[in-house]
Amino acid sequence: MDFATFLIQLLNAVQYGLLLFLIAGGLTLILGIMGIINLAHGSFYMVGAYLAWSLSMHLGSLWLAIPAGIVLSVILGLLLEWLLIRRLYRLGHLQQVLLTYGLILIVEELRSIIWGDDVHGVPMPELLSASIPLTDTLAYPVYRLWISAVCVVFALLLYVLIQRTRLGMMIRAGASNREMVQSLGIDIDLLYRFVFALGVALAALAGMIAAPVSSVFPAMGNQVLIVCFAVVVIGGIGSVKGALVGALLIGLVDTFGKVTELPIGGLRFLPELAGMSVYLLMAVVLLWRPAGLFGKSS
Amino acid sequence: MNEAILRTRALSRHFGGLAAVSDVSLACEMGQVHAVIGPNGAGKSTLINVLSGDLPASAGQVLFDGRDITRLAAERISQLGIARSYQKTNLFLPFTAFENCRLAAQSRLSSSMHFVRPALGREDINAAAQRSLAQAGLAGRGDVIVCALSHGEQRQVEIAMALATRPRVLLLDEPLAGMGAEESSRIVELLRELARDHAILLVEHDMDAVFAVANTLTVMVNGRVLESGSPAQIRASRAVQEAYLGVDGA
Amino acid sequence: MSRSNTLAIAAVVILIALALLPFVAEKFTVQFATRILIMAIFAMSLNLLVGHAGLVSLGHAAYFGIAGYCLALSSPQYQAANFWTSLPLAMIAAGALALAIGALVLRTSGIYFIMATLAFAQMLHSLLHDTGIAGGSDGIFIYARPDIGFFGWRAFDLEKFGDFYFVVLALFVVVFGFIGVLRASLFGRVIAGIRVNEPRMRSLGFATFRYKLVCFVLAGMLAGLAGYLAAVQFGVVNPDMLGWHFSGAVLMMVILGGMGTLAGPVIGSAAMLLLEIGFQSLPAVDGINPGKHWQLPMGIAIVLVALYLPNGLTGLLRRGRADE
Repeated sequence: MDFATFLIQLLNAVQYGLLLFLIAGGLTLILGIMGIINLAHGSFYMVGAYLAWSLSMHLGSLWLAIPAGIVLSVILGLLLEWLLIRRLYRLGHLQQVLLTYGLILIVEELRSIIWGDDVHGVPMPELLSASIPLTDTLAYPVYRLWISAVCVVFALLLYVLIQRTRLGMMIRAGASNREMVQSLGIDIDLLYRFVFALGVALAALAGMIAAPVSSVFPAMGNQVLIVCFAVVVIGGIGSVKGALVGALLIGLVDTFGKVTELPIGGLRFLPELAGMSVYLLMAVVLLWRPAGLFGKSS
Repeated sequence: MNEAILRTRALSRHFGGLAAVSDVSLACEMGQVHAVIGPNGAGKSTLINVLSGDLPASAGQVLFDGRDITRLAAERISQLGIARSYQKTNLFLPFTAFENCRLAAQSRLSSSMHFVRPALGREDINAAAQRSLAQAGLAGRGDVIVCALSHGEQRQVEIAMALATRPRVLLLDEPLAGMGAEESSRIVELLRELARDHAILLVEHDMDAVFAVANTLTVMVNGRVLESGSPAQIRASRAVQEAYLGVDGA
Repeated sequence: MSRSNTLAIAAVVILIALALLPFVAEKFTVQFATRILIMAIFAMSLNLLVGHAGLVSLGHAAYFGIAGYCLALSSPQYQAANFWTSLPLAMIAAGALALAIGALVLRTSGIYFIMATLAFAQMLHSLLHDTGIAGGSDGIFIYARPDIGFFGWRAFDLEKFGDFYFVVLALFVVVFGFIGVLRASLFGRVIAGIRVNEPRMRSLGFATFRYKLVCFVLAGMLAGLAGYLAAVQFGVVNPDMLGWHFSGAVLMMVILGGMGTLAGPVIGSAAMLLLEIGFQSLPAVDGINPGKHWQLPMGIAIVLVALYLPNGLTGLLRRGRADE
């Protein structure tokens, strides 16, 4: 592999990883702080993408669509938490799996009713549609770099929020000791509502900024969900730092796995098995170090 | 029969920086009741947890019949003939008292991998369960769901379950907690009777019961053994009085 | 009349009604009933794990699917496989997979167990979907249903929907009976004890890991039986048979029906498939076709069940009776 190709794959891997982080970050917070397994999380990613398509058509550009979409998804998140999710806190994992599974069906059908089942493309904004030339024949799209940049910005914002604000302190405390936080007089209901809405908004944002490169199609939510669970498991439940490391790791394994050819025996080991390797990694972590790379040890 | 059947040597258990049990050496002999007493937080329950295999030891040894069992899992230790009762209710709450004991008795089968014949068809196991219930004073209460039993009766189920596993050694963690005077004296009688064919390690706060039934006392404070000896010795010891008995006041 | 007598009579009546179905109902109904019975076997196998042992598996479709693939791969092309060899083979394959995966995932518990079962099932799904093995994402067609002839004597022809229905019904009754017997056996009591208080079982001297593993393998084999029959019915196997969506659907059936009971998974699968077909048949009104979007009312139904029916439909019938 020559350097230019390697660089392209590396940038792709990082971009994919960062995007995964945006989605999985919310998932790990919801799981770690609220103790909720949210199977519908992938659906919010899909909703974000469809919002990007529909809003950019109506508002004329992606630049307007994104902030509008963020506002809408925050509202969606608050509404869902208040209506459904908060009833799950006292119920077990079984009910959570069930309810969020039903939620997937509801969200997908609503999407089908509102926006249909077709695959759509979302045009890149003019400003970002250029490509940076790397060699005579290869160029790297500016837009992909912008995706990574947006993810990095939000990763930093998330870091500042969690490590440097009082709210973040409450979130971290809530992750390790729910009862303590409550007994300190902090309104746990509002905290949970905020965390859930944050998770939804991040997933939707990821969908919005990814839409121009990944296109907008019905199965995109389900596709990304299980990978996100792998990220959360590898990184450690409740750890945002772990989600970042896990997401980048998976981004690298998946991207380079798909372009590397490694025949072992009769079977072409990679790229065929690249998809499987993510789950293999997840399984290994679960068996060897269930708390993940950065999670609290059991 | 004076060789100790259960013995610990410098047994320790740490939780991070906290030494819950530190350098504890004691011995239990067949036909004897060895009581472990001490203030709350002295490490008595932790000691039993380590002996029964529920918690791994951090250092030291546990010897059963001369054999080192320190690293064994709880299920292996139970199969060797060491049974325990729990201080915090640890029963099968949705099941009847009979079913709790029946399961305990069933554990003595070489294997429960039988998939067809009904479990209740095993009269031998049923009889063993009924026997242990009766021994613990719960004859006739077998059909009651355990969560509907009084606290004292639940403690009796704990004892019955331990007995149903036909042990040689009984590790009893506060069996009298929450019992009334009449129930307590009945259990004390039971302990005296059981002591004849078992070795009993008894953790208790009820000093009347302890002095009525124990052959040896070990006093633990802050995870360590303060003093160990006969009841008279302990009662007379000034150190023990200062540390524990005086404050507690039987 | 005592409760168990009432239940026994009800069971016999239902069984007779089921046996008479092909004689009174049309083809579509019989085929639909066959589908319900197959899903009921699948749901019963998962209930063994979730309801009886307390092990929430989100990857149970793996054993369902692998058995279907086993049939597809062991069938000579365009010809019928031998029922009496291909079915045991498929069930053994499912059991072997369950043994391999169970030995690993049963080291975890709680939410990690749920995730681990999901991970392994997805691995298998990925393997079949992404590689060229076994037809990739298109899957494999099974052109001829297995031959159930016994040394030349063909009492049933699985190509006939009525005959196939009877074979499935018979297997359903066998599985139902087996699980009923299993629950009351020595093994079943250990599993029940593990569900209620596993640490206590260990302290009583039971090697709980072994029993959980055997339970996992049994559940896997029964799921394999259902997967084999489903492959026969639909004539095709594809990776979605192992996907988490399907694992989620069968989990829903188990919870909807009522976990830990014998009839629960049967009622749950019947209810779920009936709801599905009911929602799909909603009449079109003013150009709006609700039938096409049947997953919306289904999703709402699932959410309501999760919130308000913790004991499922059988819980409504039993109304707070203490377990065992």
